[in-house]
Amino acid sequence: MMGANRIPGVGRLTPARTARFTFDGRTLTALEGDTVASALLANGIHLVGRSFKYHRPRGILSAGAEEPNALIDVARDAARRQPNVRATVQEVFDGMKVESQNRWPSLAFDVGGFNDLLSPFFAAGFYYKTFMWPKAAWHAIYEPFIRRAAGLGVAPTEADPDHYASRYAHCDVLVIGGGVAGLSAALAAAKAGAKVIICDEQPEMGGALRYESGTTIDGKNGWDWAQETAGTLAEMDNVTVLTRTTGFGYYNHNFVGLVERVTDHLAALDKSLPRERLWQVRAKKVILANGQIERHMVFANNDRPGIMLASAGRTYLNHFGVAVGSKVGVYTAHDSAYEAAFDLKRAGVSVAAIVDCRENPGEAVLAEARKLGIEVLTGHSVIKAGGKLRVNSVSVARNGGGSARKIAVDALLVSAGWTPSVHLFSQSRGKVKFDAATQRFLPGTYLQDCLSIGACNGTDDLQATIDEALAAGELTARAAGAEGGTQVTLSGENRFGWTGGMIGAAEGAGPDTTVKAFIDFQHDVCAKDIRLAVREGMHSIEHIKRFTTNGMASDQGKLSNMHGLAIAAEALGKDIPQVGLTTFRQPYTPVTFGAIVNHSRGPLFDPARKTPMHAWEEAHGAEFEDVGNWKRAWFYPRSGEGMHEAVARECKTVRDVAGVFDASTLGKIEVVGPDAAQFLNLMYTNAWDNLKPGRCRYGIMLRDDGFVYDDGVVGRLAEDRFHVTTTTGGAPRVMNHMEDYLQTEFPHLKVWLTSTTEQWAVIAVQGPKAREIIAPLVEGIDLSNEAFPHMSVAEGKICGVPTRLFRMSFTGELGFEVNVPADYGQAVWEAIWARAELMGACAYGTETMHVLRAEKGYIIVGQDTDGTLTPDDAGLSWAVSKKKPDFVGIRGLKRPDLVKSGRKQLVGLLTKDPKVVLEEGAQIVADPNQPKPMTMLGHVTSSYWSENCGRSIALAMVAGGRERLGQTLYVPMTDRTIAVEVSDMVFFDKEGGRLHG
Amino acid sequence: MADQAIASRRAALTSRGGSAEAILTPAPAATRISLRAGADALPALSAALGVTLPTRPKTSASSGQRHALWIGPDEWLVFDESEADLMGAAASSGTLHSAVDISHRNVAVIVSGPGADVAINSGCPQDLSPAIFPVGACSRTIFGKAEIILFRTAEDQFRVECWRSFSPFVFGLLSEGAADASH
Repeated sequence: MMGANRIPGVGRLTPARTARFTFDGRTLTALEGDTVASALLANGIHLVGRSFKYHRPRGILSAGAEEPNALIDVARDAARRQPNVRATVQEVFDGMKVESQNRWPSLAFDVGGFNDLLSPFFAAGFYYKTFMWPKAAWHAIYEPFIRRAAGLGVAPTEADPDHYASRYAHCDVLVIGGGVAGLSAALAAAKAGAKVIICDEQPEMGGALRYESGTTIDGKNGWDWAQETAGTLAEMDNVTVLTRTTGFGYYNHNFVGLVERVTDHLAALDKSLPRERLWQVRAKKVILANGQIERHMVFANNDRPGIMLASAGRTYLNHFGVAVGSKVGVYTAHDSAYEAAFDLKRAGVSVAAIVDCRENPGEAVLAEARKLGIEVLTGHSVIKAGGKLRVNSVSVARNGGGSARKIAVDALLVSAGWTPSVHLFSQSRGKVKFDAATQRFLPGTYLQDCLSIGACNGTDDLQATIDEALAAGELTARAAGAEGGTQVTLSGENRFGWTGGMIGAAEGAGPDTTVKAFIDFQHDVCAKDIRLAVREGMHSIEHIKRFTTNGMASDQGKLSNMHGLAIAAEALGKDIPQVGLTTFRQPYTPVTFGAIVNHSRGPLFDPARKTPMHAWEEAHGAEFEDVGNWKRAWFYPRSGEGMHEAVARECKTVRDVAGVFDASTLGKIEVVGPDAAQFLNLMYTNAWDNLKPGRCRYGIMLRDDGFVYDDGVVGRLAEDRFHVTTTTGGAPRVMNHMEDYLQTEFPHLKVWLTSTTEQWAVIAVQGPKAREIIAPLVEGIDLSNEAFPHMSVAEGKICGVPTRLFRMSFTGELGFEVNVPADYGQAVWEAIWARAELMGACAYGTETMHVLRAEKGYIIVGQDTDGTLTPDDAGLSWAVSKKKPDFVGIRGLKRPDLVKSGRKQLVGLLTKDPKVVLEEGAQIVADPNQPKPMTMLGHVTSSYWSENCGRSIALAMVAGGRERLGQTLYVPMTDRTIAVEVSDMVFFDKEGGRLHG
Repeated sequence: MADQAIASRRAALTSRGGSAEAILTPAPAATRISLRAGADALPALSAALGVTLPTRPKTSASSGQRHALWIGPDEWLVFDESEADLMGAAASSGTLHSAVDISHRNVAVIVSGPGADVAINSGCPQDLSPAIFPVGACSRTIFGKAEIILFRTAEDQFRVECWRSFSPFVFGLLSEGAADASH
């Protein structure tokens, strides 16, 4: 037998198929299909962890996803380790390593357990009150202490070696939950011809039939019917059956997130499989068949290991063949727990007694208990559990007082009744309503196209559940458009009908007591903490929740919410609906980061955009920098060169000989149509109608408010066709900006915009030898100064392929920008490079480009401007037409603030010591000795070492800058103050003659 | 200049990939234009291009190796797999329109096999069931963090067009989807 508590012939697992795993280093044997919880219980282990706050010994409370207690650390290997796994959900696989959490040095002896003795000092709201003062203590003492104490489990340190998959799916009917209701609804919808997805978090469909022993459907044992039905569904082409799949989030418009656990139960890891698969389902109709969750009883020491939900006890027995004890007590307020006692008794386990706090339990279960010879104590309560590391007794007293009788037990099954699982309904923004007769919240007003059926809808009777489910399945299928098909009928029978239930504290844990009667096991919240919160002035459940942290653990209070609410309502003297229910948020159960992040990591984290010449650049040793999503060649260090040396050499070479630069990332927009010039007149500050085909112009684009938005060179290819360039980073937003204005403000204009950024590879050849380099390669374009002066564009051929050739310059040198269709980029680059290299030219990167343009005082929008500069502030008023009646930003430019004197203006800065290179972003002041806080005049926007000038150069925004030419200002740094002289912005070739070389 | 070698093309994507369920093949070079025009220009443009420009969302028209995909109310992607001159054809219509050559801007991947739809659904949220997205359907949509134009060319075959620099990302994510489609 695998485990002393495994009962031969009971349960559904196969005894021959075993799996070995370790728990805190101890090797244990499980059966295939066991959860960690059932395997531990089979081996007589109830103590599995320590609680979060008081470090109290904790056991296994449930047999499902609602488990608040039994959180463990599960490892497959060094990298595949996950903390805070629910032992009741994790299936055992051969070789798995399980560690208990939140204990030191060992589970049985835990130093943190002192917190339990100190608990009077850790009352609810402790953090809010204690760590208020002194202020200095926060960083030194309180925060480190809280950080050490906070959080369950230990996060893995290695990268996740698994991969995760993602699928979007659509269906007519999505059924969440595979119990009697879900299966029946899915069957009805599928047989009606609808496209159906049904999911369930368990390894097999069946829901409550996992523990239920007395259900028959169509004459078959309930569990067998469920497996058969799941098989029928899986074979239908129009149905997708997903097991081990949790519907965790219900979002807008019937968009539902499911996570399928694919490999976490497998001993032999198939690395081609994703660990988990995220399903994002858009369903025409959603059927919620989420079932219900059993509540525990709230009494003193109700958290002792060995105390668990009655339905869990039945699951371990009826499904896993495990007896949770040898002398089991039952404490209940609901008939359902009686059936646990019956099942155990029939399996040969001794049942100590059924303690029922009600005077009048259901007659049928009472009669059966008598028949089986089980002692039933009605009108009695368990006022205290004995034992520490495991329950060893219960003290039972008649309700209303009297002496307690101590009954020895080694396990106690509890039930306070059932809470319909309205989590997903609530996530869908549906409004719940309180059913006073049954003391539960049920789906009320629906906001999305979904239906709740079965237990989560408050339908208790089996046949009523089946009928409701079949009707919902057919109704949703028809509403989704399914035609034809067949109708389904099913009949079901349960051995017993159930009555009863209670919420709130039980006898002995009432308002006059100070016992530790837990309602939220994971956050260690007791009944008395709720009352304390009310006494301290919290009257809304939202405040009570946050003050006590009730329901705020990773289990989202699946067991605790209703108890907390009832206790708060009692303390406030209000009805439950008046106190309200907190809103359930996604996710229903914790979802791994892996599933959410999915493919978005490593090379697929974000598109890495590479130009057509990237491979060549890489092969020639380029360092790259990120510009938006682009990878741009930054500089090309030769052996022994650092960045500084490489850039200095590139800068010098370009001006002495020539350089070749990849400008492919520049944004390009083709503006086509008879009104193209008129449109550009409106979008840019300059005039475009007087630009002749074959010529280019530098343009400034403003926002409505008059501030510089983008700039670039625009070439006119024909009367009705312009080639617009934008900054690399600005390309998408400039396109949107232009399209936005075209569609909303200027829809009358006959003009269209097309992004051509990626159509063209752009090779800039700059420097005195630029013409000589490209001339032999070019066909059909006269490159002479006369025929093709600065700011010209022509279409022709280069290396036998079409080109749009621009004569333009961002370096101040004679320059060309060769545009060729992208696939030809590398070949043309190589042909140009072959000539350039022979002449002693170099390839240069973005850093050199930045320095060269700064030497000429050419600004970079976004570096030298920050969205608060007008063209005049940037020294570009020459580019603003004085004649045009309108353009975007023209009114903004007239605002008083934008024309007043003293505005920050772009100027040049020359350090008094030419070797000192200023820091970009450094602040500028007039008097470095003034008291702090100093009056800042502006800041440095661009700063470089200029090899060509033999000194440092900088651009800066300075208040009233142009009036300060020649003045000395100061840049205070942490270690020194740097004196600078304000200059104009052109540092090299002030006359500009080189452009026309 | 006559002695210069003619520059050769270098495609952004060259190797095949995918899985048995979803094979990924870089599409051969094609000519492409982004065509913009008002409704009154459509008959003449259709005649000049030899393919009737579709006017309903998510539809396309094909004539031999030439395909016109509806992208927006006044926007089409027209491509020709025989690399015929589309700019010239559009210009010959004599109508008011905008045709821009984007032959090299876009790169296409052919996704084929019984799991082609599943592979694409790894990053594309559209419903690709045959009733909703039949053969000939097309859409400018998203695939992960990239914009794509999706075109169903057969029951089990799609053409995925994206901008050139996004093609390694699109191919990479399609590879992940194709791998998962085989499970």
